Amino acid sequence: MSAETPAIEVRDLVKTYSGHTAVSKISFSVARGEILGFLGPNGAGKSTTMRILTGYLPATAGEVNVCGVPVAARGDEVKKLIGYMPENNPLPEDMRVAEYLHYRGRLKEISRRKLGPRIDEVLELCDLTRVRHRIIGKLSKGFRQRVGIADAILAEPPVIIMDEPTIGLDPHQILIVRDLIASLRGRMTVIISSHILPEIEMTCDRVLIINQGRVVAAGTPADLRREVFGQARYELVVAGELITALPKALSDVDATLQIAESGAPDAAGFCTLMLTSTRDEDLGEAVLRALATDMRFRVRSLSRIQPTLEDVFLAATRRGWEKVDTAAALPTKTQKSTP
Amino acid sequence: MKHFTTLLSHEIRMLLVSPSTYIAAVLFLTVMGFIFSGVLESYSASAQETSPAAVFFQLFWLPVFFMVPLLTMKCLAEERRLGTLETLLTSPVSTTEVVLGKYFAAYFLYLLLWASTGGFFYILHRFAGDARFLDSGPLVGGYLFIAVSGLLYVALGVFASSLSRNQAVAGILAFTLLFAIIIGVRFVSTVEVLNLESMHPLRAAIDYSLVFRHLEDFTRGVVDTRQILFYLSGTVLALIFSILGVEAKLLHS
Repeated sequence: MSAETPAIEVRDLVKTYSGHTAVSKISFSVARGEILGFLGPNGAGKSTTMRILTGYLPATAGEVNVCGVPVAARGDEVKKLIGYMPENNPLPEDMRVAEYLHYRGRLKEISRRKLGPRIDEVLELCDLTRVRHRIIGKLSKGFRQRVGIADAILAEPPVIIMDEPTIGLDPHQILIVRDLIASLRGRMTVIISSHILPEIEMTCDRVLIINQGRVVAAGTPADLRREVFGQARYELVVAGELITALPKALSDVDATLQIAESGAPDAAGFCTLMLTSTRDEDLGEAVLRALATDMRFRVRSLSRIQPTLEDVFLAATRRGWEKVDTAAALPTKTQKSTP
Repeated sequence: MKHFTTLLSHEIRMLLVSPSTYIAAVLFLTVMGFIFSGVLESYSASAQETSPAAVFFQLFWLPVFFMVPLLTMKCLAEERRLGTLETLLTSPVSTTEVVLGKYFAAYFLYLLLWASTGGFFYILHRFAGDARFLDSGPLVGGYLFIAVSGLLYVALGVFASSLSRNQAVAGILAFTLLFAIIIGVRFVSTVEVLNLESMHPLRAAIDYSLVFRHLEDFTRGVVDTRQILFYLSGTVLALIFSILGVEAKLLHS
């Protein structure tokens, strides 16, 4: 288990349930200390993949290694390397929080001597100290969720897998959970799945988009934007000699700058135009300077449109899996840009 | 097996805080109390040949039918329904440890409840002051039979619980299995066809597994290793099937 082996390595993973393929030839790997986000619509195979990673479900085909340990052959060792929080965070209803963590700690082979201080530490970290003697069944959803996270990080495993950790939480609680996950960065490898895209974008170093059991896109959020859209987009609100002079003026600024679409002029004669450019750097200043000094145009606003991860997600899941090479799912930052 | 004690103490603790345990205990002690006082009444009316303990244990099956399902129906079915089985099995414990922990916790409680009926005999001893009522032979034999046969009954309950995620279904299934092994076998043994010469091996097998005959032998002070082997092998088989039941359900979850 040298430091070079990736925390998680998945090759050609296949899982079929009685003829229905849930996961189809997924390959990816996660570096140590990285936070990976799993995105995908319902039934995409996120939970199944996570369960296979933990050794809870056996895979139909393929290979999964956690810290260099094969899950299929040495499942018992893998269970010691993973802290897992399942979907919907199941907890026993009639135990107290500290009691539950003590029980879990004993199961995870933490020595009695270390367990007490560690529970205190985890309770503090998850902001659960106030409710440590409350019965879990009577806690609110936010607290329960944090009890699940506390359980996952209790034994300080090198890999933490959480299935939808922020589902059903209010914005304040989401913030707490997000900070908690961010605080694990560098120390532990974290895989989280979520529907909430800004969530993933803020916490994760890398995103894996899965649809119908296949990886449809992988990379950092910025990479994904570039990969899926391939060009920078600007929104310009301008009045003046638009049809005759504007295209020329724009191509003077940058040859690749084009008007993609234009709206109808409003009462004051201003039109909203969509500009596209294949240039990556921001052309905003150059465009503004050129148009402001030109007496034929009156500019009201110019802004660069940042495609959100939501756009990426929708585009990627719509695009399907055909175009994506499985090689795109490697952890290196060099991404293939789709033509 | 290093997590076995952790799991066992956790399970016993959870059983002791669960209402169904107390319902089972109250029902059990009420029924047993009625049976016991009924036995005493018949003894006060006329002299009997056997000791009160022997008659008392003759009716052991009545509480077993509702107590064992109540104690065991929850153990695996509830874990699966809540999904806590997933957190349990993704921590470094094996299915075998989980099933054995739950089994021995339920068995411990089963013994505890039966042991509490010892109080009846104590009261009898205290107030009757007659040594004839307290023949220690049938008493010890009866309790030994309860302990040995309980191994199998609780194992069957755990097995029923491993098959369903619904407690009620698990409970009814456990009841059915217990009914089949205690009353069913006795019923089958009375079927005429078995008296035919060609049916002899079947007849022998049924005679071997007649629970009431085992009880009779035990209360007479005959501890037959074949009978103990019957319960032990049945227990091991039921537990292996429970473990397989849990794992098979994972494969098809």
